[in-house]
Amino acid sequence: MTSTALAFLSAGFGACLAVLGAGLGIGRLAAAALDGTARQPTATGDIRTSMIIAAALIEGVTLFAIVVCVLLAIKA
Amino acid sequence: MTNLLATLALALATTQHSPEPAQHAAPAAEHAQPAAATEHAQPHGAAAPAEHGAVAGEHGESHDGSAEHGGGHGEGKETLSDVMLGHVSDGYEIEFPGFCHGGFSFECEVNLKHVFGDSLVLHFGSTTIDLTPTKHLIMLWLASIVLILAFLVSAKNRGLVPRGLYNFLELLVQFVRDEIAVKNIGKEYADRYVPYLCTAFFFILFVNLFGLIPYAATATGNIGVTVALATFTFIITQYTAIKSMGLGGWLKHLTGGVAVWLWPIMIPVEILGLFTKPFALTIRLFANMVAGHIVIMSLLGLIFALGSPLVAVGSVPMALAIFGLELFVAFVQAYIFTMLSSLFIGAGLAHHGHGEEHEEHAHAASGAGSEHHGSHGSHVAGGSPGHG
Repeated sequence: MTSTALAFLSAGFGACLAVLGAGLGIGRLAAAALDGTARQPTATGDIRTSMIIAAALIEGVTLFAIVVCVLLAIKA
Repeated sequence: MTNLLATLALALATTQHSPEPAQHAAPAAEHAQPAAATEHAQPHGAAAPAEHGAVAGEHGESHDGSAEHGGGHGEGKETLSDVMLGHVSDGYEIEFPGFCHGGFSFECEVNLKHVFGDSLVLHFGSTTIDLTPTKHLIMLWLASIVLILAFLVSAKNRGLVPRGLYNFLELLVQFVRDEIAVKNIGKEYADRYVPYLCTAFFFILFVNLFGLIPYAATATGNIGVTVALATFTFIITQYTAIKSMGLGGWLKHLTGGVAVWLWPIMIPVEILGLFTKPFALTIRLFANMVAGHIVIMSLLGLIFALGSPLVAVGSVPMALAIFGLELFVAFVQAYIFTMLSSLFIGAGLAHHGHGEEHEEHAHAASGAGSEHHGSHGSHVAGGSPGHG
């Protein structure tokens, strides 16, 4: 395979793995947030704020991987 | 969700691979370089002129940020990925609807290279520095002007009971001060850093929101801008840490408290670790902004990739939904940047006694109270016979 083909292939796989990681991470986060809200509905506001912040941070990490994949796809 | 669609965007971009990779790879990879200008200055080729015409009207109604596509100039073949990258990256052309080419058109262009010519290209011997304003720079200026005007105009409504726009802005400023600055830095030192944190928050917010306006661009989607913002945070964080620990204490922190023979390994690692946080700030803001726009454009690009206008029935509502998500992400990213900056500043302040600056803060209510009350007490006790 030429390097161009390998670069495209790796970009695709990398993006998939990044999405897998984000989905698992944010899914667990959402589950914990819902559990906490169910146990104590009065804390809904605080839990929601923390959930959004943590989701943004996790998404930031996955976007590192997406940036690398985009660089690969552009250079190829 | 954004990641799923970013994957889709990648798939689209790669299927629309241009037949000459060498020509498009180089300029597309450099975002803020003047070399990109020559590629972007080429007239936009139209993959399907008829569909462009049909969709342009629809885009005009839906107010998407990336609505316009190159009109039927017809020269050269541009692929979807070229159009997408052209919209997101920096360049020298600004598009706006107006009167040109004898009549109203949605795609009037101003080429900044033509406006400024060579007047801002500086030559130092063999090196050339090109300072011609680019699209993102103009957007930064516009966002700054809007920000300054918003605050100046609303300040007239100041008073014991604020009204109007001032009320809303005061809500946000108070939010930055109470929830972000005081919570992370502590009550006594928060007021020193609130100006910077407010500036960062509002600037990033306004620049992000500017990117959602049709025909405008997101300047925070330029890695140069986010690097600069992260550098400001880095400088302020390190300055705070040095001031609170002293230069010697800060350097000692760099060694990490291990034995002397481990220093050659430890110090480079610690120095690298110093730069991890600003790097993360940079990439987080940059990638969030760029990913959102690429997702919107790839959804709309599906219409062209699949070749049928019927795709628009599903594609445009989804793009609108992602637009709403982008709006939310604009606020969240500004908040996250500011919160992490304040967290880093607070972490720098948390170490040891806070150096010589406590002499100035004799009136501070909280803080390392007992230690300084003791020292003030001894001063007073030592001084009183003289005063008596």
